[in-house]
Amino acid sequence: MDTLIKISYLVASTFFIFGIRYLASPKTARRGNLLSAIGMLIAIVVTLFDKHVLTFEWIIIGIVVGAAIGSVMAIKVPMTGMPQMVGLLNGFGGGASMLVALSEYYKIYLGTVKGTAFSTELTATIALSILIGAVTFTGSLIAFGKLQGIVTGRVVKYPGQHPLNLFLLLLVIAGGVYFSLNPDLEWLILSVAGISLVLGVLLVLPIGGADMPVAISLLNSYSGLAAASTGFVLQNEQLIVAGALVGASGIILTNIMCKGMNRSLMNVVLGGWESAGSTGPATQTIKGNVKAIEAEELAMLFDAAENIIIVPGYGMAVAQAQHAVRDLFNILESKGKNVRFAIHPVAGRMPGHMNVLLAEAQVPYDKLYAMEDINDDFPNTDIAFVIGANDVVNPAARHDKNSPIFGMPILNVDYAKTVVINKRSLNVGYAGIENELFFYPNALMFFGDAKEAVNKLVHELKNL
Amino acid sequence: MDGNLLMLIYVFVLAMFVGFELITKVPPTLHTPLMSGSNAISGITIVGALISAGLEQFTISTILGLVAVIFATINVVGGYLVTDRMLKMFKKK
Repeated sequence: MDTLIKISYLVASTFFIFGIRYLASPKTARRGNLLSAIGMLIAIVVTLFDKHVLTFEWIIIGIVVGAAIGSVMAIKVPMTGMPQMVGLLNGFGGGASMLVALSEYYKIYLGTVKGTAFSTELTATIALSILIGAVTFTGSLIAFGKLQGIVTGRVVKYPGQHPLNLFLLLLVIAGGVYFSLNPDLEWLILSVAGISLVLGVLLVLPIGGADMPVAISLLNSYSGLAAASTGFVLQNEQLIVAGALVGASGIILTNIMCKGMNRSLMNVVLGGWESAGSTGPATQTIKGNVKAIEAEELAMLFDAAENIIIVPGYGMAVAQAQHAVRDLFNILESKGKNVRFAIHPVAGRMPGHMNVLLAEAQVPYDKLYAMEDINDDFPNTDIAFVIGANDVVNPAARHDKNSPIFGMPILNVDYAKTVVINKRSLNVGYAGIENELFFYPNALMFFGDAKEAVNKLVHELKNL
Repeated sequence: MDGNLLMLIYVFVLAMFVGFELITKVPPTLHTPLMSGSNAISGITIVGALISAGLEQFTISTILGLVAVIFATINVVGGYLVTDRMLKMFKKK
């Protein structure tokens, strides 16, 4: 039976691998997700035949409760709430890993399962599992809180922050090592768990809203690594393989997000743009005039254009303007224009955030272009229409060595013949700096809430 | 360090490489479903949770196992369902 279970785990791992492989194209992605889910089902079902599984009432209660909560969450969550949802799910995964490791500890500590004893390797992996799982759990809850608006989305800084975090981390590591050698110290492993939970809160709290794509990706990676470390505790290859796949996924996404902001992971984790923290927001003032345009006039401008690129940002998500943007896309296409979307890697609050919103609004995915695929086309573009994005289109990133965002890859919207920027006001973006783009001679400001403004524009286009 | 642990580390390292190879091929447009889908995979901890919750004797391990089963099931069911909901929306012209 044990061999059969092991073989089934191998089969399940293969399903996971094919599942991710099919995510390489939107055409096969849904099938991939289904394969992955079948793999999970196989893993769960065969585990029920494990020789240690003898009572089923708790298992049934757990699965029914978990499945009910999980499916309600998955069905109810609006697409704009997806970053929070993913954040929360990361947390549950991490929390489960922590609890399993702790449960393993008590099995041996209390002598529940005969013939088991502590080894240093076992206790060390238990401590590691608890550390990663706990940090993932509370860190994800804070990330959820920030995205949901329960916890402040600002960069939180206080004196002694970094020394405190470092101290706690060293304390956890020291405690974990001492525990590994003295596994009878129940209070010690519980302290390690407690401090790790606090550490998760303190590590994510300082991270600001626009840095959330990095934080969520990193927590995603942690949730995988937590599962893998629990696999070491249980000596279970299935957990190790699945955990490693997720861990790798999170690491890659984290890396892409950091590159998209031209910042090191350390810089993001330590919180805030370096200079934004020291000099305060918006210290410089750019001289010049801003030209505003109204919907009616803008409609005529769009009517005369051939090539149009729309650049969505977090402002589109906040205003829930994706459906209005879809209407604009449709009417422009029906007028025979070439309309495409340019998506910056860190637009929104998580990797791929804009793509999901536009897919929800039924914008075809082949019209969504990644930055590197479309950035050279802006000089041949009549109108670049920026909706709720700011720092990712600030040309200062290209030339102003003193700008905190210098070196960050940006969408070259200023190279278009005309760039129209929809914003509620001239306020600064996340990095706390003014955007010189607004003062460019080819720039037009189209003020207003993204949804209302775009709806007005669509209305005017229909009346032409 | 015994041979078994070494073997597990071996498996871990190789699986990481497989992960890197596979995930670099996922296009940016699918990065959100990738996160939620891989998230569901990390719910594999449920395997460990089931064994803890199903022990013959009722101890603190059972309680921890039960909570872990709930957490991991939320992760698995919520993760796969929400990923499917998203992927359903991705349509070509």
